[in-house]
Amino acid sequence: MYAYIVKRVLLMIPTLFGAAVLVFFLLRLLPGDVCEVRLAGTGLYADPRDIALCREELGLDDPLATQFVDFVGGYLTGDLGKSMWTGQPIEYEIGLRFKLSLQLAIMATLVAVAFAIPLGIISAVKQDTWIDYAVRTFSIAGIAIPSFWLGIMIILGLLIVTQKLFGAGWMPPINYVSPFEDPLGNLAQLIWPAVATGYRYSAVATRMTRSAMLEVLREDYVRTARAKGLVEKLIINRHALKNALLPVVTIIAIEFAFLIGGLVVTEQVFNLNGLGKLFVDAVGNQDFALTQQLVMLVVLIFVLTNLVIDILYAWLDPRIRYA
Amino acid sequence: MSTPEIAVITDELEEKRSLVAKTWDLCRRQPLGAAGALIVIVMMVAAALANVVSAYDPELNDLEHMLEGPNAWHWMGTDEFGRDILTRIIYGARTALAIGFTAAFLGATGGLVLGVASAYFGGIIDLIVQRIVDVVMAFPLIIMALVVVATLGPGTENVIIAITIPFIPQCARVVRSSALSIREIPYVDAARALGFSNGRIILRHMVPNVMAPYLIMLTAFVGQAILLEAVLSYLGMGVQDPTPAWGLMLKGGAEEFLESAPWVSIFPGLAISLAVFGFNLFGDALRDVLDPKLRRM
Repeated sequence: MYAYIVKRVLLMIPTLFGAAVLVFFLLRLLPGDVCEVRLAGTGLYADPRDIALCREELGLDDPLATQFVDFVGGYLTGDLGKSMWTGQPIEYEIGLRFKLSLQLAIMATLVAVAFAIPLGIISAVKQDTWIDYAVRTFSIAGIAIPSFWLGIMIILGLLIVTQKLFGAGWMPPINYVSPFEDPLGNLAQLIWPAVATGYRYSAVATRMTRSAMLEVLREDYVRTARAKGLVEKLIINRHALKNALLPVVTIIAIEFAFLIGGLVVTEQVFNLNGLGKLFVDAVGNQDFALTQQLVMLVVLIFVLTNLVIDILYAWLDPRIRYA
Repeated sequence: MSTPEIAVITDELEEKRSLVAKTWDLCRRQPLGAAGALIVIVMMVAAALANVVSAYDPELNDLEHMLEGPNAWHWMGTDEFGRDILTRIIYGARTALAIGFTAAFLGATGGLVLGVASAYFGGIIDLIVQRIVDVVMAFPLIIMALVVVATLGPGTENVIIAITIPFIPQCARVVRSSALSIREIPYVDAARALGFSNGRIILRHMVPNVMAPYLIMLTAFVGQAILLEAVLSYLGMGVQDPTPAWGLMLKGGAEEFLESAPWVSIFPGLAISLAVFGFNLFGDALRDVLDPKLRRM
């Protein structure tokens, strides 16, 4: 088991290094940089000397190899650098928004799990009945509806309903308040984007629950349980569900990792100041320093999640360990 | 010379007949899949006949009819430039399908070649290819696409590239795992013993046997590509105005006039959802028919 864990952890290093190389050189492939966006982006005349000075200050003139060593070396010294747009340390920029993104990811996961597991089970148990078709349609729709558009529709719905009820349209607040200081204000802001993203997320998890359950329900030990006359409820809860949960937990974990940095559009729609919006802004400003660190953060969360899942699998299933 | 060619032609004929039979089977046993196919076909026909079906010019501004609600002349209303929304949705189907099919085809085919080659050659080549696949798959789809678009700049071709790149490793991984089991079957050894070239063995003996996962990935990619294109265009990093594209129609104006002109944002979103819904329904059914083992993917 230890050998397996060590092997998996060591395998992470080339993946992370490869990701660093990829994102670093991709961003520097074409001309154009933050200095041009900042000084000439407004359409006004920009003095080439100012641009040159700005580049020198930010180290954009250094040879690529030096810049790359700075970037990767930063992980060893703990210095992630500064945003090329605001000049603030990157830890500060990320720290400011991490809480919101994390909370949103947790809330969306709760919404998703609450729907996905019961719906997936019912759909599998009642396979090919109208209930199954309804659940499948509901979940395929969840994958098809873009969450940002669902967000726009939720805002529209809120506007119309509050207009009818109170005579004045109400929109969710834009400023983030901590859930510990003002739980209601916090909820009023974040419940809507959580529902908008949670629907898509639950759709993915529902489909996984359904197919995992279908597979397990055909196993011999389920037939044995039925043959010995166990109550159906017990068979489903104790014999089938437990064995079907592993792939479901996997997909939930992967989606959760994705949500922390990947809500680029939904945050835009709800005007939330989270990591996704920071990423879109950084890309738009050609702020290489911030973009590459954000990408690496998302990749790291992704890779770590996969690591945890793999170890969990190996722990639960000895066949994987020795393969 | 002529005998193998004839053999190839009859092969194709047989395949076509079985395809018709499969389609008929699909409709009877997979009502959801048939519904999906219907949506996809209607969308394709509308896109192909866009200039016949719609009465307006999708890019022509008509300032006398700005932000009109749905009425007899403009069934879905007009946008802030007075352009007919229904017309732009129909033309938008062209953009969505063109980008969706191109990106899905390039991504799935790239993955097919890479996956089969990786499994066939094995050893160091397999190791290198799999490490690269690991790296690219560590990026969430949308993040990878955004980084690529940030590098190349917006525009239709660049959107296609940005969507294709993250697709390739996904398909490569799935194809590789089925190709690995095929490599062990004796006929591949037989082909090698007969002295066939690597290229011939890959193309004639291995690729045809991994068509099922390839087709499944391909259909799944079309829906995903349409969704990704909408997201990129919505963020202003995809297709550029005045080209009609669904994501673009939701951008800017749509939210600004949300209260006064909700139709500007309702209909394009419905179009995206319906299109992706259709492709997903169809893809699910196809997967059930072609390969029940892959149901969990």
